Amino acid sequence: MKGNEALAEGALTAGCIAFYGYPITPSSEIAEYMAKKFPLLGGTFVQAESELAAISMVYGGASTGSRVMTASSGPGISLKSEGISIIAEAELPCLIVNISRGGPGLGGIQPAQSDYFQATRGGGHGDYNIMVLAPSSVQEMMDFAMDAFDLAEKYRIPVMLMAEGTLGQMMEPVFPREKVTQFTEKPWAITGCKGRKPNIVNTLHLSPEFLEYRNSVLADKYKTIKSNEQRAETYWTEDADLVVVAFGLMSRIVKKAIMEVRKKGHKVGLIRPITLWPFPEEQIRKAAESAKMFLSVEISMGQMIQDVKLAVNGKVPVEFYGRIGMIPSPEEIAKQILLLAEREGF
Amino acid sequence: MKTVARRPESLTSAKFHYCPGCTHGIIHRLVAECVDEMNMRENTIGICPVGCSVLAYDYFNFDMLEAGHGRAPAIATGIKRIMPDRCLITYQGDGDLASIGMAEIVHASARGEKITVVFVNNTVYGMTGGQMAPTTLLGQVTTTSPYGRKKEEAGYPIKMAELLATNEGSAYISRVAVNNPANVIKAKKSIKKALQTQMKGLGFSMVEVLSTCPTNWGLGPIDSLKWLEDNMMPYYPLGEFKVKEA
Repeated sequence: MKGNEALAEGALTAGCIAFYGYPITPSSEIAEYMAKKFPLLGGTFVQAESELAAISMVYGGASTGSRVMTASSGPGISLKSEGISIIAEAELPCLIVNISRGGPGLGGIQPAQSDYFQATRGGGHGDYNIMVLAPSSVQEMMDFAMDAFDLAEKYRIPVMLMAEGTLGQMMEPVFPREKVTQFTEKPWAITGCKGRKPNIVNTLHLSPEFLEYRNSVLADKYKTIKSNEQRAETYWTEDADLVVVAFGLMSRIVKKAIMEVRKKGHKVGLIRPITLWPFPEEQIRKAAESAKMFLSVEISMGQMIQDVKLAVNGKVPVEFYGRIGMIPSPEEIAKQILLLAEREGF
Repeated sequence: MKTVARRPESLTSAKFHYCPGCTHGIIHRLVAECVDEMNMRENTIGICPVGCSVLAYDYFNFDMLEAGHGRAPAIATGIKRIMPDRCLITYQGDGDLASIGMAEIVHASARGEKITVVFVNNTVYGMTGGQMAPTTLLGQVTTTSPYGRKKEEAGYPIKMAELLATNEGSAYISRVAVNNPANVIKAKKSIKKALQTQMKGLGFSMVEVLSTCPTNWGLGPIDSLKWLEDNMMPYYPLGEFKVKEA
């Protein structure tokens, strides 16, 4: 199955009933899949007039308490950022997908990880975060789409699934898993006030005291998510002198490189962040107790490295290797690791 | 004792924050009376805009959602498609609807979204301090057209009702005014017709309401009503521009 289709299928399995989107390469197959499926399933597909309209429709759809989503790529997510900020403050659950490509500007349509800041620093205005999941296989495209809806409801937060364009486009075998959906009660939903007081979904807080209160509510929630939901995969970190940090598809390429340099006797490990926000600080901090050095490998000019450095907190050096436009190959990364090994003597 | 007048159930007891002589209050009441008379309060979802009526969620006594600038028709679309039996009302001003939200309103109309838009046109950005709007008349002085709107620089005021009436998806489009009691009664009839159009599933409906802004026009309430009659009504004629029967 193609990654984009697996993601869409996962969303449907999780009970997504509406898709609002605007076409953009390399994410468009998600919209196309939903356009094909929803009329048969009785769901809603709307091709919006713009990314702004698409995210606004998500805002409306999510306010009804239904599971709704949109998908786009970097330039589209920039436009959507207005709505993402609003949805984050309105505390509405939804799934936002970024099948990412390289920027800045219109950039290209090749896979990239240069939207890391955009995803993990909010992207829009104000003090907010969204959860960001980074799959590394087509199977995870499907699985994480399901998990995303549960997390979104649990914390009343927009969840972004961010995958390099390659993951959206490539095909791999997928095993559908049965979904026990964790639907939550939604007394806040906008459904018409039959038998209750009217509900209001609002993000305008003109009173300074109330604005401060709202920001503290969000901050508390983000703190809870940070302590509960940091996720990462670790490989060979116990004895590692060098720990490489890489996410998404890049982590698979790095894994291959590490297997090669391990054969040559160098103790190298890998940490693969699954949640980009909250960033898996715990796993990195733990590895920093024994490792001599970190290396952040990204398809960008260096963005995640900032989070790696914050987590390492000056204990050991953090190096960077990355390309954007082109993707680093396993051989290239292995060479980079060997250079560091020679320089540092591990 | 017989009650001859009372607050509609669809309005809360909150006091309007609107300036003296502003006609937002009248329009709010007309919307609320229509919703009450159609027995739809518990079935209605309102979307308020960015602008003077941004706080309308405090005034309408049904489920409300506050939109980002201009996005109300897209948000209403998102809700209506999931809950097609609900009554969706967006309440928007001219800066919100005809400028930053132009794409959203045109496409909601083109798609024939079964929503009702109450479009309050007072020819200025009220809340931000009286700047030029897309509906500001030629020669009209605002804080961003201090020498009067010049067609060479700012082009011509947009006639939204006429523009949207050209869309096949529009089922009911009208322009009304609330400058005197007779027109207020006509405005209410038109809003009700728009809501009925929505509930019959005929398509998109919008009522453009010519309204006043005494504060930003620099006129008293009575003079504002006269200014509306003398200047707005010749350029923005009242009437029904699209009526789709079943």
